[in-house]
Amino acid sequence: MALKWLDKRLKWVFTLPAVLFVALMMVFPLGYTIRLSFFEWSMSAINPPKWVGLDNYKELLSGERFWHDFGITFYFTFAAVIVQMVLGVLIAVLLNRKGKGKNVAKTIFLMPMVATPIAMGMVWLLIFEPSIGVLNTILKTFGLNPLEWLGSVNQVIPSLIIIDTWQWTPMICLLLLAGLTTLPQDPYESADVDGASAWQKFIYITLPLLRPTILVALMLRMIDALKTFDIIFATTQGGPGSSSETLNIYGYILAFQNFKLGLASSLLVLFFLLVLGMTLGVIWLRKRLEVAS
Amino acid sequence: MMIQTKKWLVLGVSMTLVAGLLAGCGGKSTPNASEGTETASNANQPHKGKKLTVYLGNLPLGNTLKTMIPEFEKETGMKVEFQSFAEDQLSQKLSIQLTTQASVPDVFMLRPPQEAKLFAKNGWVYPLDELARQDADYDFGDFSESATQANVVDDKLIGIPVLLDQTVVYYRKDLLEKAGIAVPKTLDELEEAIKTLHDPKKEVYGFVARGQRSALVTMVAPFLFSEGADFMQGDKATVNTPEAIKGFGRYANWLKNYGPPGVLNMAFPQAWGIFAQGKAAFFIEFSSSYTNGTDKEKSVVADDIGYAVFPTGAAGSKPVSASTWALSINANAADKDAAWQFIKWATSKKMVGTLQKEGNPGVRDSVWNDPESTSAFPAELVEVTLENSKIGIGHDRPQVISVGEAREIIGDIVVKAMLGEDIQAAADKANKDFQALIDKEKLK
Repeated sequence: MALKWLDKRLKWVFTLPAVLFVALMMVFPLGYTIRLSFFEWSMSAINPPKWVGLDNYKELLSGERFWHDFGITFYFTFAAVIVQMVLGVLIAVLLNRKGKGKNVAKTIFLMPMVATPIAMGMVWLLIFEPSIGVLNTILKTFGLNPLEWLGSVNQVIPSLIIIDTWQWTPMICLLLLAGLTTLPQDPYESADVDGASAWQKFIYITLPLLRPTILVALMLRMIDALKTFDIIFATTQGGPGSSSETLNIYGYILAFQNFKLGLASSLLVLFFLLVLGMTLGVIWLRKRLEVAS
Repeated sequence: MMIQTKKWLVLGVSMTLVAGLLAGCGGKSTPNASEGTETASNANQPHKGKKLTVYLGNLPLGNTLKTMIPEFEKETGMKVEFQSFAEDQLSQKLSIQLTTQASVPDVFMLRPPQEAKLFAKNGWVYPLDELARQDADYDFGDFSESATQANVVDDKLIGIPVLLDQTVVYYRKDLLEKAGIAVPKTLDELEEAIKTLHDPKKEVYGFVARGQRSALVTMVAPFLFSEGADFMQGDKATVNTPEAIKGFGRYANWLKNYGPPGVLNMAFPQAWGIFAQGKAAFFIEFSSSYTNGTDKEKSVVADDIGYAVFPTGAAGSKPVSASTWALSINANAADKDAAWQFIKWATSKKMVGTLQKEGNPGVRDSVWNDPESTSAFPAELVEVTLENSKIGIGHDRPQVISVGEAREIIGDIVVKAMLGEDIQAAADKANKDFQALIDKEKLK
C-alpha cells in the first residue's frame, strides 16, 4: 500500500531532498535576514530583538557611509570586470590558436583561479608592501619611483583590481575558450577567400559570434566581483581610512565588529536587491542584443 | 519480483537521503561536562572524568598553555579540548555560539577592554567574584589593580586577566648612539630625535606605529592621556578638546612626516615588520609582542633594541597598562566549578610565573618581583614594566559597549589628519558621532 502510494509520487519523493535543501539553506536564511532587517539586535541572549520598522533602512540610506561604500563597490566592480573582460577575450583567442605547448600554457594560466583568495591576499600584501615588498624593489631596479600600493588612498582600488584580475581573468578565459571551440569554421573560410585580415576576422566574426558567451561570462564575473570580500578583507580590511570599504566589508563590520545585526541585515537586503537588479539588467541586455541580431 | 526489489531499493534510497539530510540539520551531540560523574570518587579530583572545552585566542600565551595541559589533566583527572582562533574570529565564533545559549565552550578567552561590556550586557558570562575570592591560596589580591578593572562590569567580575599590555617605546640603540642622542624623556625630545634620525634615502624612517583606522586607537591613547585628555569624561565625548587634538595631531604628524610609506594600512604585525627589518628608529607598541623584535629569526635588529617608558607630555607620562585578555566562564556552562578549576590553574601564581618565563607578561604583581619569572625578558623591559605598572592607565580604548564602532569613529580623526584634512573639523565630527553613540547606549 505504502509502496503504491510512493510509486505514484516518485518524482516528488526523489526531488524532496533537493527541495528541502534549498528551503533550509537558501530560502530560510534569506527570509530570516529580511525579517531581522526590521529589528534592532546585538545578539543578546537577555534582550530579544526589538522591532524598529524601517528605521534600519532609513539610517543606512541617509548615511554618508552607505553611499560612499556603494560608490567604491561600483568603482571596483566595473573597473575590474572591464579589465578582466578585455584581457580574458584576448588571452582566450591567443590560447585557442593551434600550436605547441598550448595545453601547458593553459594549465599554468589557470592556476591562480584555484588558489585560496585569503592566502593569496596575504601573499599580495607582502608583494605590495611599500618598504620591503618585491614590487617596489622591481620598480626601483628600473629606476622608477616606488608606489604606496595598498597603503595609499588613491592606489588601493587599482591595487586590489590587480589582485582580482590576476585571480579571475582565467575564469573568463576558460568560459570563452569553451565558446570559441564551438564557433563554426565556414565564416572564417569565406573571410579568407574574401581576403580579410586577422584583425577584421576578429572584429567582424569572432566577437559577434562569441557575444552570447561573453555576456554570460560578464554576468557571472560581475555578480562575483560585486560580492568580493576575501581579498579586500585579507589585504586592507577596507582601509586606508575607508577608501576600499565596499558594501560587503561594511556589512561585515556592522554585523561582526559592531554587533548591529539588524542594520547589517538591512544592508544585505539592499545589496541583494542590487545584485538582483544588475543581473536582470544583463539578462535584459542579452535578450535585446539577441533580438537585434 | 524484480519490480518488488526495485521498489524497495527506491524506498530505501529515498529514506536514507531524507534521514541523512535531517541528521545533518540536528546539532551534533556536544560533549557534556557532566559525563562520567560516577567515577568521581577521589576527593582530590572532584571533577575526574569530566571534559572541558576551551577556546583560546591565537597568541603565544595560548600556545604555551596548550603544551602544559597534560599536567592539568593529570592533576584533576579532567580532559581539556582546545581550539584557537585569531581575535576577530574568536569574537565571532563566541558571539554566535553564546547567542544560541550553547554550553560549549565551558571556558573562553575574551578581550575585556573591547568586549567585557557587550558580553556582560548580553548575559554571556558567568560572574566570578565568589569563585575568585573564596580561595585564600589563589590570592586574588595579587592581580594588579589596573588590570582587573577592565574585567569588572556593574560591580561583577566577569574574567580573570591573563596578559598584561603596556605601551612601550622601542628604539634602536645603535642609531641613537651613532647620532649621540640620549633616550628622549619628553614627547618634544622624542619628536626632535625622530626628526634627526629620519633618513628615508637610506630607508630608515624616524617613527613607525599602527596607522590602520581602528587598530591605531590603542596606540594613540597614551598620547591623549599624557596631554591630560581622554576619549570621554563620564557620559561626555571629549575627543575634540584642545588637549585631545594635540595628542591626535602629534601621532598623526609623526606618522605622516616621519613614517614609512603605506603606514595607513598598518596594524601591529606590519608595523612590527618594519621595525624588525631595521627600517625605523622609534616604534610605539604594546610590550606583550616584544618577542617579534628579539626573535633573531624574525628580526635583523634583535641585539640593538632599547626599551623606554612613554615620554612625558603636558600632563606627565601616562602609558597604558591594561589587561587585554582574560579567561571567562560561559554563563551556560554545564559545570561552572569544573570550569573554574581550569581558570584557577591557568592563572595560579605558579602558572603565571611559568608562562612569564616563556615571554608572556603576566598580571600578578608577585611574578614581576620574582627574578626567575622575569628571566626571559630583557632587563630594560622589566624595569619599564615595573614603572608602567605604577604610572599606567587601566584602559586603552573608549569604555563603551560598542567599542568597535567607537574605535572607527575615533581612529578616523588620525587618518584624516594623516591625509592632510583639517584635524579640528575631523575631531568635531568624530566628537558629535561619538556623543551620539554614548547617548544611544544610555537609553538601553
